[in-house]
Amino acid sequence: MTALAQRPANPVVGESVVHESADLHVTGAALYTDDLTGRLTGLLHAWPVGSPHAHARVTSLRTEPALAVPGVVRVLTGADVPGVNDAGVKHDEPLFPTEVMFRGHAVCWVLADSLEAARLGAAAVEVDYEMLPALMTVEEAIAAERFQGARPVMTRGDAAAAMAGAAYVFSGETTMKGQEHFYLETHCSIALVDESGQVFVHASTQHPTETQDIVAHVLGRPAHEVTVQCLRMGGGFGGKEMQPHGFAAIAAIGATVTGRPVRLRLNRALDMTMSGKRHGYHASWQVGFAADGRFVALDATLTADGGWSLDLSEPVLARALCHIDNAYWIPDIVVHGRIAQTNKTSQTAFRGFGGPQGMIVIEDIIGRCAPLLGIDAAQVRERNFYSPGQQTPYGQEVRHADRMPRVWDQLMTSATVDRRTAEIAEFNASHRHTKKALAVTPVKFGISFNFTSYNQAGALVLVYKDGSVLINHGGTEMGQGLHTKMAQVAATALGVPLDVVRVAPTRTDKVPNTSATAASSGADLNGGAVKAACEQIRERLAEFAAKRFGEPVDAVRFEGGTVRAEGSAAPPMTWAELVDAAYYSRVQLSAMGFYRTEGLHWDPVTVHGVPFKYFVYAAAAAEVEVDGFTGASVTRRVDIVFDVGDSLSPMIDLGQIEGAFVQGAGWMTMEELVWDERPGQGQGRLLTSAASTYKLPSLSEMPAVLNVSLLEAATEDGVVYGSKAVGEPPLMLAIAVREAIRDAAAAFGESGASVDLGLPATPEATYWAIEAVRGGVRDGGVTTLRRPT
Amino acid sequence: MAELSVTVNGMPLPLDGVAPSVSLLDALRAQGLTGAKEGCAEGECGACSVLVARPAADGGSQWVAVNACLPPALSYAGQEIVTAEGLGSPGDLHPVQAELAHRGGSQCGYCTPGFVCSMAAEYYRPDRAGLEGTEASGVGNDHQDHHNHHDRHDDGPNGFDEHALSGNLCRCTGYRPIMDAAHALGRPAADDPFAARRAQAAPEPVPAHVSVAGYEYVRPETLAEALDLLAAHPDAVPVAGSTDLGVVTNLAMYRPQMLVAIDRLPELRTLRATDERIEIGAAVTLSEAESWLAGRVPLLDALFPQFASRLIRNAATFGGNLGTASPIGDGAPALLALDATLTLASTEGTREVALSDYFTGYRQTVRRPGELIATISVPVAQPGMVAFHKIAKRRYDDISSVAVAYAIDIEGGVVTRARIGLGGVAATPLRALATEAALTGSAWTEAEVDRVAEVLAGEGTPLGDHRASEAYRRAMLGTSLRKLYAEHAPATTGAAR
Repeated sequence: MTALAQRPANPVVGESVVHESADLHVTGAALYTDDLTGRLTGLLHAWPVGSPHAHARVTSLRTEPALAVPGVVRVLTGADVPGVNDAGVKHDEPLFPTEVMFRGHAVCWVLADSLEAARLGAAAVEVDYEMLPALMTVEEAIAAERFQGARPVMTRGDAAAAMAGAAYVFSGETTMKGQEHFYLETHCSIALVDESGQVFVHASTQHPTETQDIVAHVLGRPAHEVTVQCLRMGGGFGGKEMQPHGFAAIAAIGATVTGRPVRLRLNRALDMTMSGKRHGYHASWQVGFAADGRFVALDATLTADGGWSLDLSEPVLARALCHIDNAYWIPDIVVHGRIAQTNKTSQTAFRGFGGPQGMIVIEDIIGRCAPLLGIDAAQVRERNFYSPGQQTPYGQEVRHADRMPRVWDQLMTSATVDRRTAEIAEFNASHRHTKKALAVTPVKFGISFNFTSYNQAGALVLVYKDGSVLINHGGTEMGQGLHTKMAQVAATALGVPLDVVRVAPTRTDKVPNTSATAASSGADLNGGAVKAACEQIRERLAEFAAKRFGEPVDAVRFEGGTVRAEGSAAPPMTWAELVDAAYYSRVQLSAMGFYRTEGLHWDPVTVHGVPFKYFVYAAAAAEVEVDGFTGASVTRRVDIVFDVGDSLSPMIDLGQIEGAFVQGAGWMTMEELVWDERPGQGQGRLLTSAASTYKLPSLSEMPAVLNVSLLEAATEDGVVYGSKAVGEPPLMLAIAVREAIRDAAAAFGESGASVDLGLPATPEATYWAIEAVRGGVRDGGVTTLRRPT
Repeated sequence: MAELSVTVNGMPLPLDGVAPSVSLLDALRAQGLTGAKEGCAEGECGACSVLVARPAADGGSQWVAVNACLPPALSYAGQEIVTAEGLGSPGDLHPVQAELAHRGGSQCGYCTPGFVCSMAAEYYRPDRAGLEGTEASGVGNDHQDHHNHHDRHDDGPNGFDEHALSGNLCRCTGYRPIMDAAHALGRPAADDPFAARRAQAAPEPVPAHVSVAGYEYVRPETLAEALDLLAAHPDAVPVAGSTDLGVVTNLAMYRPQMLVAIDRLPELRTLRATDERIEIGAAVTLSEAESWLAGRVPLLDALFPQFASRLIRNAATFGGNLGTASPIGDGAPALLALDATLTLASTEGTREVALSDYFTGYRQTVRRPGELIATISVPVAQPGMVAFHKIAKRRYDDISSVAVAYAIDIEGGVVTRARIGLGGVAATPLRALATEAALTGSAWTEAEVDRVAEVLAGEGTPLGDHRASEAYRRAMLGTSLRKLYAEHAPATTGAAR
């Protein structure tokens, strides 16, 4: 085993501990960016003037009426940008646009003494527009051939030739809507100019370094004049990976031009109207199967609904391509990827980052084609699992391919799938108006940023004279428990109790050049860096202690806050005693740690390489009940088996698995983004821009039974303390819910029907699927191009 | 000394100079009490929830959880509030806080103070059947069975009613650890100060007449005073729970010149049962009505758990629900099916209006300027078969795309009387008159139900919107009666389900 994965005796990692801020959360004492508002004097509030059109040219902008509103101090326009007028890294996101690209796009921002005055001021600003034609749907953009960014093609073998030899060939289309992050804390930044004229930004951001970079380029200043701090976030889910930068930059401009602190907080309506979401996708596909249900070939085109600018659409698309195989060996394959430009918010990262969109395509194909093959969908899935030694379509060997069948078999047993499937068949036979179904789906998810450079992290570990330890690392805390895990890693590496360690809020002046806390990689990367820093300190202390004990360095042991030398008669020292003595002997008690994931390379043009350190394996069995009168579904029971390696923190991991699953189930069943797509005055309006219209799961959607098991004996060599990532993959387990609803809908008709089901499978979408089946539709919208005669 | 203040965590929080448009949440946060959060500003997410001491039936008080983002801060003048900060501190957690913290009930923590308050209100509910309480939970400990229960009785083994959390959203946990925390709660300790507080009466809101920057907020003492104000100021807006007003205040910058608080007018807070009618004051909260009715009106019992959330029901009133005259309000279809009558009061006196004659158009009614709904009444005699079918994306706290309320009597296998209220299928809530006529006199059989279902499918003029398409609304009207029959078929068998 590598030194990185090796755990010492009695490690603090692996213990089930509560979130490091839990006591602060429950008492309301935990501070989020906006909670600082009342702690700053002279603070100004910012409010945008949003475009009322989906696409238009700004022909004139009159800000004077706003200045007449009492309390309004300034209106920020493009003229106030000292540096680059761009909120992104692709130079396609003007911070102050002259051509508005979506409804709600901010033309300018009003600063005022009170939020009320800022809102009244914004309402007073006069803007003239010349309306331009808008494209609202991915289908319209495809028809108009309006694409943006790269158009990667992933190829292995000869899909066309293989297809010609397949027993079955089907074609069809799959569409899925996007998803709103609905982090409970909306976007917020507070910027101020510090005593030395530098800019300090408190931001709710998953990527403080990139926020810093963009604030710096907008202000035309070097990065060392801008500091970004993220105390914690009230949820991120990818929505704060790229999207906070422009808002932070507005606040920073405001602070520099007025000299006063500026708070920019979006309320929910603005947040939903202005900030990017999960990409909706359109896929057209042709698939070849052998008679036994094995994949022969796949030819697919994935079109992302990118919204108005590129943002993270290209890497999201790359990950979608890299996950269209999910857990399956598809010998010959060609997948084309492209990004539609539409007049909507700029769609962005969201937990899974394209992975779900890719996987949904293949699972939708299986769900719809299995009945046409006459084979149970679960069998089609199982038969197609990768075998050890096989490679993904992008050329990476599937490490630990044997874990997928291990996970699957364990789930089949623990969830008693066979017995319950039989019971469900009986239930369905005796119930006309209610049908149940149980579906099992797998997940194989690649861990690491596709973009190899991002797979690095830094940490700064400070040991104070009294023995207390302060950890700074590049990762941000958004509820996922990263800080908790990092404290456990540090306590393990230093051999001290957990309460000796504190994790500081994330700041760019402590650890520079960090990557986004994203791609499920936070613990892998920052854990490597924290461990590396701690080990430097421990090695110095070990040398020092060895001299005191008169024993060799490798006899020194750090454990539970005690330091001793193996075989020594000398009494052990406490950690604090050792640290104190070391200080007086001028031993350095702080260290920078650095980690980079080894062995990765990726070519985004050829869509080929080894982008991932390893794969996470998991599977879910979901049982649903569907009401034939309304299409409403209830998730009755969910069983999950999940490979987290050797868990760093089991309760945290369990929380990630359950929470991601429910978040995914929300997308699968109820969360629905509806835009007004019709040309006219309302065009471009997000009709579900509030909690009252965009429904996310409440506790009424909690599965009645939710059993989560972690795969045993799953040490991941080459990752910090043998662990694996957990943030994103469980979201995709919720595909099982949609597949179960599909099967339940099918049960309302003659057996063997294929069902085309919307995503989300709302009660309405499910009802129409049932109606189609009842009406005798049996092809599920799939065209059969060939079948055995 | 401040003239107007609200007691928060035992300390006075001054309200002088606070504008009527400032919510309780913003007033708290402006004073540094940042535990309560704004998540949605429309009473949907519950991140803002706080506890308020309200009068209990026994003369003491009860802790009630409410959304702080919706009501004007001024409406809480004189009242007593507790926030998550007041319940406990990091070194001294309240039992609810301890359970949530230790079971992994918080991840990002943003929704958590709101969950704490909703959960604490349920923790202190005097009639909650506890572990060592005398009243055993009807459901028992079988978690699976309990949740699979179709009507979701929803009481945990410790009597914790999960509907108490129906107005709180969490985006991180998936709720399992939160429910575990709720179900682990015991009973308050003997020396629990918040439990002890319940023995004392709750302070009443103080009458007020405040003018800030030209905007007036008035809390009159009597109905007569209120009616005089409304007569003298035709643009004045009466407000009770502010669950609708708060939304447009926050999101649409609605700033009426004068708000008249009517939520504590004694004349509007009657709860009375005579031999003939059951009368509910227009300013009685839905929770209070639910508790007082105690099963007397089974159709309302079917409605309440589906009607908004507990947090909203703790503030919202039938008067408000009918006063705003929303075509998708859930109160109206049920009350239409119950043959409800409204008493409207003005300086001219009072008059009775049948609810079926009340709605005249989209958010328009026969209610005249200066007139208030004083009471809502329904006959004491209850229909034999009732149901409230709510079609929505989510089971808790969603807005209906279609609502159908049934009040049906069947004698000897024949429908003798039918009242059906509809919501979401026209510009106003309405009675399904053609369906009622077709059903009355018909045999309660599948064939007859299928026939009449086609009539119901043709009622109203449903439109398509972001909640549902026109076709789906139409279809749901068509399947509703069949669903009712499946649920209430003679000698129900498994095959009928």
